[in-house]
Amino acid sequence: MSSILALEGLSKSWFGIPAVSNLTFDVRENAILGLIGQNGAGKSTLMNMIGGVVTPTSGKMTWRGQPYAPQSAADAKKAGIAFIHQELNLFTNLTVAENLFIDAFPRRRGLIDWARMKERSTEVLKRLALDIEPTLTVGRLSPGERQIVEIAKALHNEASLIIFDEPTTSLTPREASKLFDVIATLKSTGCSIVYISHTLGDVQKLADDIAVLRDGQLVDQGSAKDFPISRMIRSMIGRELGGFFPPRSQRPENVGPILTAKKISQPGVVKDISLNVHGGEIVGLFGLMGAGRSELARILFGLDVHAEGEITVSSTSLAPGPQARIAAGMAFVSENRRDEGLMLEAPIADNLALVTLSQFSKAPFSLLDFQKLRNRTENVKNELAIQARDIHTQPVKTLSGGNQQKVVIGKWHLAKPRLFILDEPTRGVDVGAKYEIYSQIQRMVGEGSGILLISSELEELIGMADRIVVMNRGEMMGEITSANFDRENILALAFQESAA
Amino acid sequence: MILRSGESVSDFLIRNATYVIFAAVLLYFAVQNIVFLTPENLSNIIKQSSFIGIAAIGMTFVLLTGGIDLSVGAVMFLAPLIAGFAMERLGLSVPMGLVVALGVGLVCGSINAIVIVWLKVIPFIVTLATMFLFRGFGTWLNNSQQFDFRDDMRVFGLSKLLGIPTPVIFFALVAIVASIFLTGTAFGRQLYAVGNDKEGARKAGLGVDRITASVYLTSSVCSALSGFVLIAQIGRLDAGFGEGKEFDVIAASVLGGASLFGGIGTAWGAVVGATLIQTVQSGLSFTGVNLYAQPIVQGGIILLAVFVDGIREKKLIAMFKRNIRPMAES
Repeated sequence: MSSILALEGLSKSWFGIPAVSNLTFDVRENAILGLIGQNGAGKSTLMNMIGGVVTPTSGKMTWRGQPYAPQSAADAKKAGIAFIHQELNLFTNLTVAENLFIDAFPRRRGLIDWARMKERSTEVLKRLALDIEPTLTVGRLSPGERQIVEIAKALHNEASLIIFDEPTTSLTPREASKLFDVIATLKSTGCSIVYISHTLGDVQKLADDIAVLRDGQLVDQGSAKDFPISRMIRSMIGRELGGFFPPRSQRPENVGPILTAKKISQPGVVKDISLNVHGGEIVGLFGLMGAGRSELARILFGLDVHAEGEITVSSTSLAPGPQARIAAGMAFVSENRRDEGLMLEAPIADNLALVTLSQFSKAPFSLLDFQKLRNRTENVKNELAIQARDIHTQPVKTLSGGNQQKVVIGKWHLAKPRLFILDEPTRGVDVGAKYEIYSQIQRMVGEGSGILLISSELEELIGMADRIVVMNRGEMMGEITSANFDRENILALAFQESAA
Repeated sequence: MILRSGESVSDFLIRNATYVIFAAVLLYFAVQNIVFLTPENLSNIIKQSSFIGIAAIGMTFVLLTGGIDLSVGAVMFLAPLIAGFAMERLGLSVPMGLVVALGVGLVCGSINAIVIVWLKVIPFIVTLATMFLFRGFGTWLNNSQQFDFRDDMRVFGLSKLLGIPTPVIFFALVAIVASIFLTGTAFGRQLYAVGNDKEGARKAGLGVDRITASVYLTSSVCSALSGFVLIAQIGRLDAGFGEGKEFDVIAASVLGGASLFGGIGTAWGAVVGATLIQTVQSGLSFTGVNLYAQPIVQGGIILLAVFVDGIREKKLIAMFKRNIRPMAES
């Protein structure tokens, strides 16, 4: 069979750092290509290049035998390439039919031709065996039905290559199996498909060919027939650990558990999670995107509710909400520092002082002691090696990503937390700053704090943690101590399909 | 207004909150004094509603995109004022004066649109500033004095066509055109898309900037029309005319089901909301409630409506919350 899309030496670097290098492979016509790789392996960059969102640094693409160099998402759409993302792109206040036609309504005498729209929508939905009225508002559909509507949009636009990016994350097992039927139908009607997923079992079942990306390179490919899951995992991991991590600090001994969570459940989010973090210990929390790590962190910190289970800090149960937890010595750095962690326009020192402001007020009028504030924030700056000219006037937004992250950690560090939840603390941070953040984490642990370190980089957790807890679809899959760290084993837990 | 299958009674009441409140208000005043329900009185209420109503239809366009327009009260004042000057100095007829007023609305709306869309300043701040700007300009032009129109202005304002008062005809015309536009044209439906998900609309290749700009033009033109039509009934323009009316207008849109978060609302809803507000006002005067106590009731009703809007929004958010695990197999 001929290829519908051919990549030749495709590369993309960001500021000299390669995200994808020298990719050469074909997407065969009328076949399903399973594309796998760890987070950060370059899948998104590759998709963005095919979709016209990102321009390749070098290399070329060939679409149906013609040179293909999309400049915008519209170019990709015109060529007949459609994307089904994890986050659906539907207008929930409009009907199914309106969503299909939103950019080009059929008209009759200046007004929308509803009859034609309905007819065409019904026909497209029928091809996908989705039995819903096209006049139904999308907001009333289930996640699975919405996904099919998104596919209907692709069919309506006459797409001949449909790229699925983690399509099953928000689907129930039954909805997922319906989706697989639809994908099989698409293939039988002549569509080509790229299927990206962390659920390796699905990839094995669906795909005709499999390609594995690691560190921006194609490391393995072949027919799905001779590609068992064990080979997928082996190819995805590859690289050995380098000297990325600072030596472990001397840990204080026999510090009891600080944070204890017993059988935490919340319908639709997490189920039966029990874990504890001792003083002087780093507990890693690993899972794939959508495994429920960040959601669990928010529950532990009191930002979201849980229906069942108990959370205690130093064996005391707490009032709901984050305030009681902060008072008990907990701190939380969220994965989204720009939205949740920083006042970007404000000076660095103001950001650093934010959490502990009340400690700097003095009698009689509770006014702020600016001298003390100055000294303490200066100290934090030096301890964390925040690279800034003047922390009292320079706004945080002028700092690099790595230094911004140090400010976030620093502001909580001022409060001397006993338990620190760090959600993806090194995401988007360069190697040097990473090392400094790791050193800071080790220092805090050496001082007796407990750390819950959430990361989707397994290497980071293996290099830092004393124990790793693995989550999958909101459930705890296992807990592994540092003596037994084994990447294949941990990944197998994280990738394991739920027993549904 | 039919109970949908599988819908609880409380959901039904929330979905139709405005009509429920409306029915309760009518019932209350009818019990107080049955004369309240006479055709004369009701038609009078509709005529008085046209003032807030026409502007509220324009405001609904703005709210649909998730924006807001605080300058409508000032445009209601400035547009008839400049039209009055033009009629006086250039000897224009009343219909030509109306055209001038609409032109003023177009200019005011363009100023809002340009700053909001191209300079990317948030609508609240922009229209707060232009509210002062437009009113200040008018007050300065006329030295804060009242402006008396020629007699033919009132003749026009109090005229009737086929027995229907002119203001009601304008009100109905605007409502019908807006309704067809919002529900029946591509541009109208895309406006809803922009209000639902601006980024998504951009990705879908819709002209988000063009759509956003157009709603501020619509709002200002509607306010200009509403101001001119009311002044035509009075024949005199006071320096403080229209002051604070932006809030009545927003309240009418929200009462009619428009969401301040964007994406939800109809032209018909604005008509109902404006009529409801006017019914309450008339009813309170009718039953002799203390003049100074009337704003309290009005405030209460607006609070109630916004509260209902909040509940509606929360239900929507709960519906769209991402689940990691299946909730339960159906």
